Amino acid sequence: MPAMSGMASPPASASATPADSPAPQGGTAVSISNFKFNPATLTVPVGTTVTWTNKDEEPHTIAAKDGSFHSPGIDTNGTYSFTFATPGSYDYICSIHPFMNGTVVVTK
Amino acid sequence: MSTEQDSAGMSRRQLIRHGAWFGAAVVLTVAGGEVISHVAGSSGAAQPARPALRFAQISDSHIGFKGPANTNVADTFTHAIGQVNSLGYTPDFVIHTGDLTHLATPDQFDQVKQMLTGLNTPHVFTVPGEHDSTDDAGQKYRQAFGAGTQGDGWYSFDVGGVHLIGLVNTLSFSTAGGGHLGNDQLDFVQKDVAGLSSDTPIIVFSHIPLFAMYPAWGWGTDDAAQALSYLKRFSSVTCLNGHVHQLFTKTEGNVTFYSATTTAYPLPAPGQGPAPKPVTLPAGKLHDALGIREVSYIKGQQALALKDQKLT
Repeated sequence: MPAMSGMASPPASASATPADSPAPQGGTAVSISNFKFNPATLTVPVGTTVTWTNKDEEPHTIAAKDGSFHSPGIDTNGTYSFTFATPGSYDYICSIHPFMNGTVVVTK
Repeated sequence: MSTEQDSAGMSRRQLIRHGAWFGAAVVLTVAGGEVISHVAGSSGAAQPARPALRFAQISDSHIGFKGPANTNVADTFTHAIGQVNSLGYTPDFVIHTGDLTHLATPDQFDQVKQMLTGLNTPHVFTVPGEHDSTDDAGQKYRQAFGAGTQGDGWYSFDVGGVHLIGLVNTLSFSTAGGGHLGNDQLDFVQKDVAGLSSDTPIIVFSHIPLFAMYPAWGWGTDDAAQALSYLKRFSSVTCLNGHVHQLFTKTEGNVTFYSATTTAYPLPAPGQGPAPKPVTLPAGKLHDALGIREVSYIKGQQALALKDQKLT
């Protein structure tokens, strides 16, 4: 059996970071595994599209506590992207497992 | 007041005689010939001390889940339905205590609703799980299963002298991450039981436990104590929940809590491991962790009788 290298490709329909905007150092990706957001706090400049990838067998969602964004259920290896147009600090949870907490800090 | 003697009244009376109970016989007439004949057939043998109420609980079918912990949740759910249909009597109703679907998609709601029609019972009751209300505060759930409910999907009904309440605790969450009922629903509970005599047995259904089974994983409901305070004067209160995918029971004062297992895949015991992740069992062991539950109540007895069956 060949070793798994990297993650499985998300379905073509899933949104992803556009190829023409290279990820700045520090990244625009949040991985979800073991019911944790990693990194738990991500800092990005305004206008950045952040992509979450669910590596758990359970589905998760990305739900802003202030209601500004809310993903559908993200199944295993599925992704969700959101573009942050306004600076600020965005706390979010997984609405299926609301003990999971994360923050995106959007700088000017 | 005069009694209606029309033909509908007669057939209802006949049903009551065959089924040996109450008002849901009206539901039977709506349900059509197949259910009626089943009820009549199962009442042939003499059954002393026929329970005033007997029903089945199934839970956490997670239709749409695709993972190594259970590669065919539709198959195990079909098994569970067949097992309920093989109990040897027609349950007065069947309750599904939530997480009917895995991702609350319209297709998954359609599929599970269709599958539930395979149950030989006059009525199926449900409460939503958080998987059924992931992104729309339960709108799709209520479209599929909310007929006849109040508020955001809660309800109550009476069967065989027992008062049953279906609660919704997956639409908003406590800051600790557990279930939450909210003020509207708490008001509903308070008013709902206000006129009942204290010897009325009470059964409460919810998806997330109404007791603190393991709050760190969200296995509890922060304002459940308020709801249960309205039930303090009742001599028999039984709370049935799903969510935790394993059997567990606990008594606090006049209330006994029973967590049900799942028809889909097991979860770890509280605190075992980093998260409530699906557990993949060795080949051939899955059915032992899944199952169905029978609940019966015999008039004059304080406690309900519960019988959990492994999935065959």
